[in-house]
Amino acid sequence: MRDFSYLRAGSVEAARQAAALPGTMILAGGTTLIDLAKCGVAEPDSLVDITHLKGLDKIEVSARGATIGALAKMGHVADHADIKRHFPAVSEALWQAASAQIRNMATIGGNLMQRTRCPYFRDPANFPACNKREPGSGCSAIGGVTRGHAVLGTSDACIAMYPGDLATALIAFDAIVHLGERQVSVDDFFLLPGATPDKEHAIEPGEMITAIEIPDSAAARRSTYLKIRDRQSYEFAAASAAVGIEFEADGRTIRDLRVALGGVATKPWRARAVEEALKGKVLEPDAVRAASLLAVEGAVDNGANHYKIELAPRVVARAILKMGETA
Amino acid sequence: MTLELSLNQQPAHLRQGSSIGQPLTRRDGFLKVTGAARYAADNHPPGMLYAVLAVSSIARGRVALLDVEAAKAHAGVVEVMTPENRPPLATDPDAKNNPFMFRLDLLQNDHIRYPNQTIAVVIAETLEAATEGAALLSPRYEAQPARVGLDGAESFVPGGVGIGSPAVHHKGDVEAGLKSAATRIEATYETPAQYHNAMEPHAIVAAWDGDSLSIDTPSQGLAMAQGRIAGLFGIAPENIHIRSPFLGGGFGSKGMISGPQVLGILAARLVGRPVKLVLRREQMYGPVGHRAPTRQTLRMGMDSEGRLTAIGHHARTASSTFDDFFEPAADASHTLYASPAIATSHEAVRLDTGTPLFMRAPGEATGSIALESAIDEAAAACGMDPLEFRQRNYAEVEPMTGKPFSSKALRECYTQASERFGWQRRPLQPRQMPDKDGFLTGWGIGTATFPAIMFQAEARAVLRADGSGLMETGAQDMGQGAWTAFAQIAADGLGLDIDQVDFRAGSSDLPNAGIAGGSGHTATAGMAIHNAGAAVITRLADLATRHEASPLFGAGNEGVLARGGRLYRRDDESRSESYGEILARAGLAEIDGRGTGTPDSASREAYAMHAHGAVFAEVKVDPDFGQIRVTRLVGAFAAGRVINPRLVRSQYYGGMIWGVSFALHEEAVTDRRSGRIQNANLAEYHIPVNADVPSVAALLVHEDDPYVNALGIKGVGEIGITGTAGAVANAVWHATGVRPRRFPIRIEDLLG
Amino acid sequence: MTKTTIPVHLDINGDRHTLQLEPRVTLLDALRDRLGLTGTKKGCDHGQCGACTVHVDGERVLACLTLAAQAEGRTVTTIEGLAREGELHPVQAAFLEQDAFQCGYCTPGQIMSAVACIREGHAGSDEEIREYMAGNLCRCGAYPHIVAAVRQAALEVQS
Repeated sequence: MRDFSYLRAGSVEAARQAAALPGTMILAGGTTLIDLAKCGVAEPDSLVDITHLKGLDKIEVSARGATIGALAKMGHVADHADIKRHFPAVSEALWQAASAQIRNMATIGGNLMQRTRCPYFRDPANFPACNKREPGSGCSAIGGVTRGHAVLGTSDACIAMYPGDLATALIAFDAIVHLGERQVSVDDFFLLPGATPDKEHAIEPGEMITAIEIPDSAAARRSTYLKIRDRQSYEFAAASAAVGIEFEADGRTIRDLRVALGGVATKPWRARAVEEALKGKVLEPDAVRAASLLAVEGAVDNGANHYKIELAPRVVARAILKMGETA
Repeated sequence: MTLELSLNQQPAHLRQGSSIGQPLTRRDGFLKVTGAARYAADNHPPGMLYAVLAVSSIARGRVALLDVEAAKAHAGVVEVMTPENRPPLATDPDAKNNPFMFRLDLLQNDHIRYPNQTIAVVIAETLEAATEGAALLSPRYEAQPARVGLDGAESFVPGGVGIGSPAVHHKGDVEAGLKSAATRIEATYETPAQYHNAMEPHAIVAAWDGDSLSIDTPSQGLAMAQGRIAGLFGIAPENIHIRSPFLGGGFGSKGMISGPQVLGILAARLVGRPVKLVLRREQMYGPVGHRAPTRQTLRMGMDSEGRLTAIGHHARTASSTFDDFFEPAADASHTLYASPAIATSHEAVRLDTGTPLFMRAPGEATGSIALESAIDEAAAACGMDPLEFRQRNYAEVEPMTGKPFSSKALRECYTQASERFGWQRRPLQPRQMPDKDGFLTGWGIGTATFPAIMFQAEARAVLRADGSGLMETGAQDMGQGAWTAFAQIAADGLGLDIDQVDFRAGSSDLPNAGIAGGSGHTATAGMAIHNAGAAVITRLADLATRHEASPLFGAGNEGVLARGGRLYRRDDESRSESYGEILARAGLAEIDGRGTGTPDSASREAYAMHAHGAVFAEVKVDPDFGQIRVTRLVGAFAAGRVINPRLVRSQYYGGMIWGVSFALHEEAVTDRRSGRIQNANLAEYHIPVNADVPSVAALLVHEDDPYVNALGIKGVGEIGITGTAGAVANAVWHATGVRPRRFPIRIEDLLG
Repeated sequence: MTKTTIPVHLDINGDRHTLQLEPRVTLLDALRDRLGLTGTKKGCDHGQCGACTVHVDGERVLACLTLAAQAEGRTVTTIEGLAREGELHPVQAAFLEQDAFQCGYCTPGQIMSAVACIREGHAGSDEEIREYMAGNLCRCGAYPHIVAAVRQAALEVQS
């Protein structure tokens, strides 16, 4: 790891100003940044530690929704009683992520900045070509070991999978990222790789995530996060789905439906086609399964990750049906 | 066949109140739960520097350029060791004069023969500086295409597999047996490259004092390591002191001293200061061995009653381009199932990888998962219950050699484990047991076996005038419980309470305890301890029975027994004398005795010696997702005398979990273009986490073995992985109807 | 010898230490290499194995992904600080009794994780223990005994 200077931010404003300087990065829980610094991927000249800032770790839940401070820890949010009640999918996505130790370190803001597990991205010493690290250098993953790579939202420049769980739940419920005064929807916050996979987030130099807001909704209150993986725990998703549902008064007809996919795409992936196909319909297993296939419309595999195209719709269907059962 | 053997080893008489067989907690446990147990990398001699390896990006070629100046310019970097300035060695590291000697990469030239081969060593005042210095070398290479995968090169028949086993064996006529069979199966199974991944990375702290060398490093074989280092550096073995009180896991990867460990010694030589070198996790995928991949084809014929008429077992495997270790996978078919005709054979390719080596149950694990899967396929083809099929083909003598077994309680293992598991309720056909949550439930069985191997070991026993005892042997504890089990054998052998025995191990200045491998350490070093105890007791008895003042006078050595720190007359236990009294009268502060542990060649010629077991597994498979969860494991094992059931159960559990890991988790995945392993870390090279492991039961089946050694010990360290891996695979078939033939079994294999 | 170091004040097991460190030094390497507290182990150095688990302000975290400088102003507890006056913590005693380790290398991390797991209220059932102890790999396969030890210690701690 290259050496860097370390300073503690005295205020959000100071942190932002420092982070605007070239070579300076914000350090929160460190579970991504220190890891990537050891890999040689992150090479900061200077780190600004924001973990001692006061007041940024609040979790507030009201009838309007939840506001979660950027420095709230994943583990605390997962275990928060009101989050569990109002946003079960968010709690479930969090406790199924990483390990208890990492969840005690990683912050909610930092979690949104989590980067891909693409082994080629993570290994600059052995694979110099990576458009995400070095724009224009090429993609080592294409033609390589791809079992964990994305099948949705890929480009010729990058097939790296977005590995996070939380943002998959957030995107389903139209969460908003607070960058100080500026607000961006989670969907817009994450960028498709296109020709510029190095640009992953709609965040500008000098900006810092201060909070995440999740609007209240009936669908969010009746939601779940289903994560499928090889290991039972401590692993990234092979495919996951965040699903929330709201029925009409008859208890059968779908009024609102939210579906998002994890583990299969280059960014947290909202499956609006599935939602639209089922809204207004009576929840019925065959219809759900058929509609769930729309989740992977346009998916492109690279061989070993083909199974994700088979798996993801089944995960979506199961999650929807599970939410339907728990009336 | 009648046996008239003049065995000079009688089954050990266990003294009353012996500590053998007691479920003692670990004697090193307090140190381990408080963090005080000192592993190699925990040492920090004064003036110590840190060494970090720079390793190759490419699989094959040569290093064209290293920016040594950039590394040296980094603050804190003291020296960079390359082929240019590496201190001389007395022996070519590519020389090989016995099968346990493996070629090492010690910067002898600029050639690259596998990814992660060391190309330089950076030595610095701090770990951080050495690490960054290594990154700053920015190597350039002249690369050649990597040879990857079991089809990546032309195959050949190796001269031998494992350690000196012929590549081809046969008895009877397999082709005729297949031809005459009423039912036949043929299936091919693939197992991947696996890496030991002990939690403790290979580490060494080396300090030179002139031509004397002091080393802290984990070693499963101290004397062998000492000899190898002595040869490389041209110094006397006794000038090398290796301490290895605790290994943070070995599993075979710390059996022979590895290249990186020797590089630590070279680095210390170069800078003239003590050096610590610890492998980074990703650097463990190359220079410290692995389990080679295999592709195994099994052919079996059965008569109309489900009796095997032939077993053909062919394995293709891989070694490195520069050294020989060939996974003896097909040999698994030599010992388990009765058949008039058995043929086993191996072929191999040479790939641009580090040399594969012994990894927990080498050959047995890979062979077992294929054999047990094929036996299951054969049972299904005959329409038979797979347990009944195994019992129908039960081997009363060792199938390949015709030798009787020294002991074999496999029937009892089948009975006890199947009853505990509830096997009799198993439907014959697959996909018959959906549970209330919609999971497909399956039950599978596998037979476990592992040979009862012994090596050579020595021990020294001392009795002191204060009534206490000392037992010394350079035994190695990699988690199996050597500190405890050997102390128990020592206490038994010395006729002392265990708290009266000072047991010393884990250091090369003690008698050679042989290697902690092949599941043979407890038997081998245990016998050395036992015999050393007997030797010193004999001396003590001599002192007593020949002295008129002793109540034991005239009893003769055979006429006394040792117990609780006293010698008693066998024919009159009211007459006894304490060890202290005997030594005091003789005016001796202490007496000692030496013992060796060695296999008895006559009994080994006459008998086949193996531990056995039966493992039953339950899995639940999500029918939509192909996600597999093992929900129950029951194993029953018969492995001769159990020294400490608490420790033995832990060994069985560990082995069984390795079996689960083999079936469902472990696989090194190689990028075919570069030859690099792309999951060389603990996040993506999967071993089971706690949540993957269900309730496990290991039943200890009683087994007396009068022939294997005087203590009746076989070995328990590796057998658990055999049987279990196949049981899990067979349970997956029973759950889903899909026969796994590629391991580990993945989600995509069951998506349908 | 190095270009820039900063003073770092650490409170570890109730003892105060002042170190002069490069900012890039992790808490793990500071404990092991600078303070001689080698009970905390390095298994992967990337947050993938849990061997380096320590408590910071009473919560279990990974020392390999924490900069030493980040721990200033917080209280750190390592395996060496768990036993009080030679008396084993109930989790340590349970690990010993249940044979919840073999090689012992992952054990300090397992124990620190288990202490926190019980404190968090995540030791309510075997299934919950398995999930909330999943961040601590054990290559020897001591998991069934680890679960038994955490279950036993949880009962003792709660009673």
